[in-house]
Amino acid sequence: MNRDWSTLWPLLWEAFGQTLQMVTIAMLTGGIAGLALGLALYVTRPGNLLANKAVFGVLNVVVNIVRPIPFIIFVTLLGPVTLQVVGTTLGTEAFIFPLSVMTAFGTSRIVEQNLVGIDPGVVEAARAMGASSWRIITTVLVPEALAPLILGYTFLFIAVLDMSAIAGLIGGGGLGDFALRYGYQRYNWMVVLVTVAVIIVIVQVVQWLGNLLARKVLHR
Amino acid sequence: MSDNTAGPAPGTPAIELRGVSKTFGEGDRAVHAVDDVSLTVRAGEIFGVIGYSGAGKSTLVRLVNALETATAGTVLVEGTDLTGLPERKVRGIRARIGMIFQQFNLLSSRTVAGNVAYPLKVARWPKEKRAARVAELLEFVGLSDKARAYPRQLSGGQKQRVGIARALATSPTILLADEATSALDPETTRDVLSLLRRVNAELGLTIVVITHEMDVVRSLCDRVAVMEHGKVVEVGDVYDVFSAPSADAAQRFVGTSMHDRPSPDALARLRERHPGRLVTVGVREGASSGTELFRLLREHEVDGSVVFGGISEVGQRPFGSITLELVAPDDRIATFLAALREHADVVDLGTAARPVDDPRAVRAERDPQGEQPDPGDDLGDPYGAARDAVLRHGNLGNFGGA
Repeated sequence: MNRDWSTLWPLLWEAFGQTLQMVTIAMLTGGIAGLALGLALYVTRPGNLLANKAVFGVLNVVVNIVRPIPFIIFVTLLGPVTLQVVGTTLGTEAFIFPLSVMTAFGTSRIVEQNLVGIDPGVVEAARAMGASSWRIITTVLVPEALAPLILGYTFLFIAVLDMSAIAGLIGGGGLGDFALRYGYQRYNWMVVLVTVAVIIVIVQVVQWLGNLLARKVLHR
Repeated sequence: MSDNTAGPAPGTPAIELRGVSKTFGEGDRAVHAVDDVSLTVRAGEIFGVIGYSGAGKSTLVRLVNALETATAGTVLVEGTDLTGLPERKVRGIRARIGMIFQQFNLLSSRTVAGNVAYPLKVARWPKEKRAARVAELLEFVGLSDKARAYPRQLSGGQKQRVGIARALATSPTILLADEATSALDPETTRDVLSLLRRVNAELGLTIVVITHEMDVVRSLCDRVAVMEHGKVVEVGDVYDVFSAPSADAAQRFVGTSMHDRPSPDALARLRERHPGRLVTVGVREGASSGTELFRLLREHEVDGSVVFGGISEVGQRPFGSITLELVAPDDRIATFLAALREHADVVDLGTAARPVDDPRAVRAERDPQGEQPDPGDDLGDPYGAARDAVLRHGNLGNFGGA
């Protein structure tokens, strides 16, 4: 059954919306959680602001365990938790949960790596002025690393878009699912090509926005 | 500026260290960065701490604002004991102590005005008061026109002036300067030193200057402590330390700053040109050595010509020496020298045929370290150590993991 483009366009549009929804929510929730986790990793590292061997050790091990799990396996592995949190293991919402969790873990490392580039002398200067640790985190660490953080999030966006392509596995829809079902499985290469083109445009726009923002906040 | 809070009366102790030690690590790997140091810095003075890299001076100054906590001993700042004080109270005391750094440590994401305003935000100043204070501070350091510039657009000297404005923002009574001029060229160094002098004279701040450059001590400080291997090996008025350094390290540092006495090489060349009797005569404040020297030369009918020397200022007082070649019969020279010794410090260098070494010159030259002290991180900089480790091994530990 080969459909013509008059029926395909609305389907593509719907898939586009689903992908955007998944990626946006994952970037927001996972991005914020990952920022917190990355900051926690950085400040508890021995020698840093709130050095704490035990906390750092636990966080570090957990992140190292979760990150290498292939995402397609992680989605099924997290199934029972997803069921508890979302109430179902099928559909777009059910897919957003594992996507957000993995995004958080991915973000944490990127955040931590970008914070390492901050001159410790600046942190010391803020301490010498009587700033509290919380104030240093919010007014020194994040603003000083903002440009690389923006680029890091841009990079992450593409990884999340990549992960979202397998949402069809649990009936989550999205562009990846569309390309596979209406393109690959029906030998309609045009559908695959058009989907790829749409993804390329999304990536280009986001990358351009990220670069623009990073340049704007970079005063060094 | 109008608003400096009254500190303790001049001359009373601003900072007191009593038997203070700071040890990093444990057991065999323990590093005694500061080892049983007792010091008093008086209110209103400019106190220098000089030492080579790793002498513990950076750690010492960080004990004063509790960026490091002492392993043993007591640290008193304006009478408040910092040791064992909870973090919240320590933060309050830090607001009364300004600090400037070798690498300036400005926030690159904020403008000049934003950097100066930062400590005021920490101290919860209302917005209008902050703006007025920032304008006043930038005026004081001569950077009013750079308020909206970002640190990367400034020269090193300008950055340090922003650092000074920022350190003065909350009207502290004490300023700590950690190698504040070590990254600056000589001319900029002079500008920054004169600004620090103004801070001391006009605002009455007590200043503690950490440096490895004796020239900084000579031109800026009232008193100085010489540190070596975590210990204070000499402490006193800058003038006294310059005129009579007793510790080896102190002698080496004086040698790096004063070039009025001929080095052994220069002395050998002098002897080739001037075969007569060579003597070095010290010139001091108060002692009328200059006048007496020429009167005695006339009186004893000794011909003297100046062959080497220099007189400059130490702690804004004259200090130096001149080396003379004396031509006269030996007995007249002997009585002349005996008379001169009553008025001045005289070092007899003998003649080309019968040379006598200048013990001071030899000491000043002996240690090759004296010529190129490393202005880099002190032992006590844990961040520095971590940074070095990362650079050395070329990896980022677990950062790249998974």
